[in-house]
Amino acid sequence: MTATEDEVELQAAFDGTIARNDRIEPRDWMPEGYRRTLVRQIAQHAHSEIIGMQPEGNWITRAPSLRRKAILLAKVQDEAGHGLYLYSATETLGVSRAELTEMLIEGRQKYSSIFNYPTLSYADVGTIGWLVDGAAICNQVPLCRTSYGPYGRAMIRICKEESFHQRQGYELLMTMMRGTDEQRAMVQESVDRFWWPALMMFGPPDADSPNTAQSMAWGIKRNTNDDLRQRFVDMTVPQAEALGVTLPDPDLRWNDERGHHDFGQPDWEEFMQVVKGNGPCNAQRIAHRRRAHEDGAWVREAATAFAKRTVGEASAPVVEEVAQQPSRNPGREGT
Amino acid sequence: MTQEKEWPLYEVFVRGKRGLNHVHVGSLHAADDEMAVRHARDVYTRRNEGVSIWVVKAADITASSPDEKDPLFAPAGDKVYRHPTFYTIPDDVPHM
Ligand SMILES: [Fe+2]
Ligand SMILES: [Fe+2]
Repeated sequence: MTATEDEVELQAAFDGTIARNDRIEPRDWMPEGYRRTLVRQIAQHAHSEIIGMQPEGNWITRAPSLRRKAILLAKVQDEAGHGLYLYSATETLGVSRAELTEMLIEGRQKYSSIFNYPTLSYADVGTIGWLVDGAAICNQVPLCRTSYGPYGRAMIRICKEESFHQRQGYELLMTMMRGTDEQRAMVQESVDRFWWPALMMFGPPDADSPNTAQSMAWGIKRNTNDDLRQRFVDMTVPQAEALGVTLPDPDLRWNDERGHHDFGQPDWEEFMQVVKGNGPCNAQRIAHRRRAHEDGAWVREAATAFAKRTVGEASAPVVEEVAQQPSRNPGREGT
Repeated sequence: MTQEKEWPLYEVFVRGKRGLNHVHVGSLHAADDEMAVRHARDVYTRRNEGVSIWVVKAADITASSPDEKDPLFAPAGDKVYRHPTFYTIPDDVPHM
């Protein structure tokens, strides 16, 4: 592409906005690479929220009390909401919702590898809230300051809701830890299974993450994968102690010199396999999402048909306040 | 996969509480206006974030484009006297 004078000027305006730590908004000019990176990242994030409903949804009917059931339902519903905020942010970049759904179902876009692990026991609901939502919070808090306006705003909404997710999980585990030996063993077994996959949520080590530098230069990412992983480990260790569980890493210990915990590396070969589609639940997750989409087709069609039929009919004012402002609504005056 | 036509895109505005303006919170798809309000309630106000919702089809919104930034917003930039900080008031004058 030969840069015309216009493009040089547009690029300079874009660079200036980034340099001032200002936000890029949907109608602004942006480099194609910036747009493409955002679409990939936000869509992947949205898909993760949507697929992330499945492992926990698995336990809704079997939650042990009405209270736990109501909490889990609300949490899973929140994740659906997170997916929708993020799809709506992705759409501001010129991709349609239908395309996004299709790309997920056809495996052309990814979602977080963590959701390809099964939830084998009810304790997993607590562990996911504590560790998986905890890791998500570490990732998401800095993204509230990402350079793309709609993405940052979606992250702010999401972060406000995540703290409920983490706390309900931790409280669930605390309750089980106060229970029987068997319950305590369930918690430990669950933590043992989820610890390494949770560390993988931050992505490959910085040395193997070639896109990080550009993403940081664009202000899309604010921290490297390894920075965030370290932050998560440091935050989690005292929580594990308070809970009375051990984290399954023989190399985990406080390093006075660094002022951080040292810890071992997850099995990155396993990570690559899960990302490539060979994790324990990849096929099941996508098949379920595809089925839900296809089973919903008749509802979408019926609603469209109904909307067509009622169009033109004077419908009652939808929101009371609009009716109270006749100047905004000249067509309805005098009716 | 069947090619269905997408439901139209709506922009959603929420009044956080009495005394505040409606503020844009995001968008969603719905078959018609009424469904858009229902979806907006579920997606954007699960925790009492609002007392009133407006939805409007995105296609019906007319916006200034960033290219017009200068002519459209420049006059406001000139008139610094519209901002309270334009006026120097001694520190010991209270409640200003
Ligand atoms: Fe979420
Ligand atoms: Fe969450």
